[in-house]
Amino acid sequence: MTLKDAHVRIELRSDPIYLAGARQLVAAVAQRLGFDDAACSQIALAVDEALCNVIRHGYEQQRDQPIWISLRPEQPDPPMGLRVVIEDEGRQVEPGQIRGRDLEDIRPGGLGVHIIREVMDEVAYEKRDGRGMRLTLVKHAAGSPAGEE
Amino acid sequence: MAEAHGVERQGDAVVVTPTTDVDMSRSPELRQALREAFGSGAKRVVVDLGRVQYMDSSGLATLVEAMRTSRSSKVELVLCCLQAKVKSIFDIARLASFFDIRDSRDDAIGGSAA
Repeated sequence: MTLKDAHVRIELRSDPIYLAGARQLVAAVAQRLGFDDAACSQIALAVDEALCNVIRHGYEQQRDQPIWISLRPEQPDPPMGLRVVIEDEGRQVEPGQIRGRDLEDIRPGGLGVHIIREVMDEVAYEKRDGRGMRLTLVKHAAGSPAGEE
Repeated sequence: MAEAHGVERQGDAVVVTPTTDVDMSRSPELRQALREAFGSGAKRVVVDLGRVQYMDSSGLATLVEAMRTSRSSKVELVLCCLQAKVKSIFDIARLASFFDIRDSRDDAIGGSAA
């Protein structure tokens, strides 16, 4: 998603106090695009987990760094489904190395990536040009052929 | 910022009641409250999640850490009153069976192990 393609785009600082606001925005947009309460909560959870990972791992808890969240419907007319892109300027990692931990290994931490992959239909990490990472999350509309897979 | 949790003693139990979302910004306060509860001499620590509308993996990690403390210190940890949205994250993380979860606060305070 390019800047021009985004229907909603916000920039926030990498401070956990803004997570609640980001969740509320994403859930409200998802609701307007036809997702039910449970799906809105799941999408907001996935975005929250992604932001936490940027703050924790990308920026190593620095609270004054930029994060961008872009939203647009996955299907334009009528607008349905949701594509979320989260970008940062933090530490780059090889996308193939980003994995959720084994759930049999019960210990604090490491659940975020598992939760993101569990609740979203498409999850793609990539390095941005220069610095930072880009995470693309897609939730298909309920009832769409892709959403019924 | 509003107080993120209440703490009260009820018999042999200490009840910790978070009153806000438990996310990355709030879980350190819950972690500290639980550490104090485990160090209070109580035989059981109850976490009443009835007022929590939202929890992320930071909150889950805090509770997993508390369960480990519970096992090493022989102080029981019981969760209660989970709202459906909060329960769902335990299910997504497949952690529901890792915890002793009760429907009511009374059961959590006084009940024997399930």
